[in-house]
Amino acid sequence: MANKVLIYVEQRDGNIKKSSFEVLKKGSELALSLNAEVEAIVIGNEINNLENVGVYGVNKITNLKNSELASYSVSAYSELLNNFVEEADADIILLANTSMGKDLAPALSVKLNCGLVIDCTELDVINNNIIATKPIYAGKALTILETNSPKSIYTLRPNVFTVGQISNSIAEVITKNIDSVNLSNKATLVTKTEGKLDVTEADIIVSGGRGLKAAENFGMIEELASLLGAATGASRAVVDAGWRPHSEQVGQTGKTVSPNLYIAVGISGAIQHLAGMQSSKFIVAINKDKDAPIFSVADYGIAGDAFEVIPALIKEIKKNNA
Amino acid sequence: MKIVVCVNHVPDTATRINISSDQKTLDSNGVTYILNPYDEYAIEEALKTKESIGGEIVAISLGKEANKETLRKVLALGVDNAVLLKTDEILDSLSVAKSLANEIKAQEADLVFMGKQSVDFDNSIMGQLVAALLKFNIVSTAISFNLDGNKITAEREIEGGKETIETTIPAVITAQKGLNEPRYASLKGIMAAKKKNIEEKEITSTNNFVNVLEMKKPIAKPAGKIVGVDSSAVPELVRLLKEEAKVI
Ligand SMILES: Cc1cc2nc3c(=O)[nH]c(=O)nc-3n(C[C@H](O)[C@H](O)[C@H](O)COP(=O)(O)OP(=O)(O)OC[C@H]3O[C@@H](n4cnc5c(N)ncnc54)[C@H](O)[C@@H]3O)c2cc1C
Ligand SMILES: Nc1ncnc2c1ncn2[C@@H]1O[C@H](COP(=O)(O)O)[C@@H](O)[C@H]1O
Repeated sequence: MANKVLIYVEQRDGNIKKSSFEVLKKGSELALSLNAEVEAIVIGNEINNLENVGVYGVNKITNLKNSELASYSVSAYSELLNNFVEEADADIILLANTSMGKDLAPALSVKLNCGLVIDCTELDVINNNIIATKPIYAGKALTILETNSPKSIYTLRPNVFTVGQISNSIAEVITKNIDSVNLSNKATLVTKTEGKLDVTEADIIVSGGRGLKAAENFGMIEELASLLGAATGASRAVVDAGWRPHSEQVGQTGKTVSPNLYIAVGISGAIQHLAGMQSSKFIVAINKDKDAPIFSVADYGIAGDAFEVIPALIKEIKKNNA
Repeated sequence: MKIVVCVNHVPDTATRINISSDQKTLDSNGVTYILNPYDEYAIEEALKTKESIGGEIVAISLGKEANKETLRKVLALGVDNAVLLKTDEILDSLSVAKSLANEIKAQEADLVFMGKQSVDFDNSIMGQLVAALLKFNIVSTAISFNLDGNKITAEREIEGGKETIETTIPAVITAQKGLNEPRYASLKGIMAAKKKNIEEKEITSTNNFVNVLEMKKPIAKPAGKIVGVDSSAVPELVRLLKEEAKVI
């Protein structure tokens, strides 16, 4: 029987990540179904708009604060989170399945000696138990999982659980100053991919594949992306060819993405590519081979030449925006 | 330096996945198994580290008798010794981590390399679990690694960029693509591997906290709409995206 749901809220540069809003909302809904309390915790220094977590149904958030916590340290964050969970005596702990969540959740599961379900795409309450769905084998199958430990931890795949506000309350923010932090393992430098949106965080992604023939031809992909406020993605073939950076690779050995709209240009749709993007809400494929496997997952397709279709698409969108 | 590499034996990523009649496990009939792709980067980094500072590399795999094929492969790449932690049971990640951690402790390892993710259950947590169990430092999804004395400087991939991590050994490093370029086994290596012994240990069964209730195929999407075959279809596509899908 769960008494308390605790949500770990992730911040970078003092801002709450969108994926954490998704977790907050899902967490408050689960707490309601479980008839349990819900609260949140955030670790960092100065953090903007913490009281806003209230609109997702969570009325209390504790900020563990120290200037040394402004940037991520797995040793410091882990220790603080582990201790907080024990003190708060939470039984269900939720995090976003991000690079940070995937570090903190396993360490917490060792500390609590409890079940951990990673990368959930569905969480339901059935007979007072949480039943989780997790894609496996690169999305070729799904597992339905249940834990049997008194406490359990779940990480939620970003962009899958919708954000939407559910209340207009303002949360109570409790600030706890931390005296000393364990920095034995610390990020000393964070390098952002200059001015670019990351594929895992974008609402729209325009991805290009080998069908674009050469690195220079990605200019039109970038132009289309910038018109749509989208991130640019790539298939492994073009990353291996050195046309695009690895950070853009979508698929089994790249990133798993689930944007609202995924536009695949000159990408055949190999199973390893589909693995990374088939949970996108809408998929558009532009490929001159009408039998390309990408069309089997696409909602809309144009079976034509990208070099003719993309410039026309850019023109049409400009016309619409004007 | 005592280096451990944990390697997993997983279905080839191109394999068609069929589910057994129990609706809970993979039907392994006709499935080709390979060395987990990310573990190739882990092995390469271990070999490079040994080449620069000396030491011994032990590969550990937990699983069935068949995992020996993968261990044989990594021995051929230049790993010194191999241990199979044998079990036919399906264990959750924490149970696997506890067994791996016990063996790593017995090996008195200073440095552990793993892949960032197994391409079977796609969990990507084993390195972090083992590090927490052993109280080792962790660098997950590493794309660069440098060891100077006992000081580690590594870069890891994060959303929208990368971060540089400074820490010390003992540590677990999980390898992301881009960390290095894995080598191929030499003929000499393959011959030498045939003579090497794979130590086998039965693991005492641990209890799972996470249980599979069901395994199933995702519901296939209905076929989409081919709007056209050239740029004349573009206005209609834009209209659909705006009015039907409401995504732009
Ligand atoms: C272990 C493993 C992991 C992998 N991981 C990944 C991964 O993470 N991500 C990934 O993407 N791949 C991955 N792959 C590779 C994958 O199998 C494919 O090789 C790769 O996705 C192909 O990239 P592509 O679609 O760009 O190229 P291709 O398969 O060569 O397809 C090019 C497409 O462009 C079309 N085309 C050509 N000219 C035009 C034109 N003028 N206009 C429009 N269309 C055109 C063609 O019809 C074709 O369909 C992995 C493979 C393995 C073995
Ligand atoms: N059964 C296993 N035996 C040995 N190593 C494993 C096993 N399972 C996972 N690993 C290691 O842990 C990494 C991450 O796996 P996972 O967390 O299961 O996605 C893999 O790349 C391997 O290095």
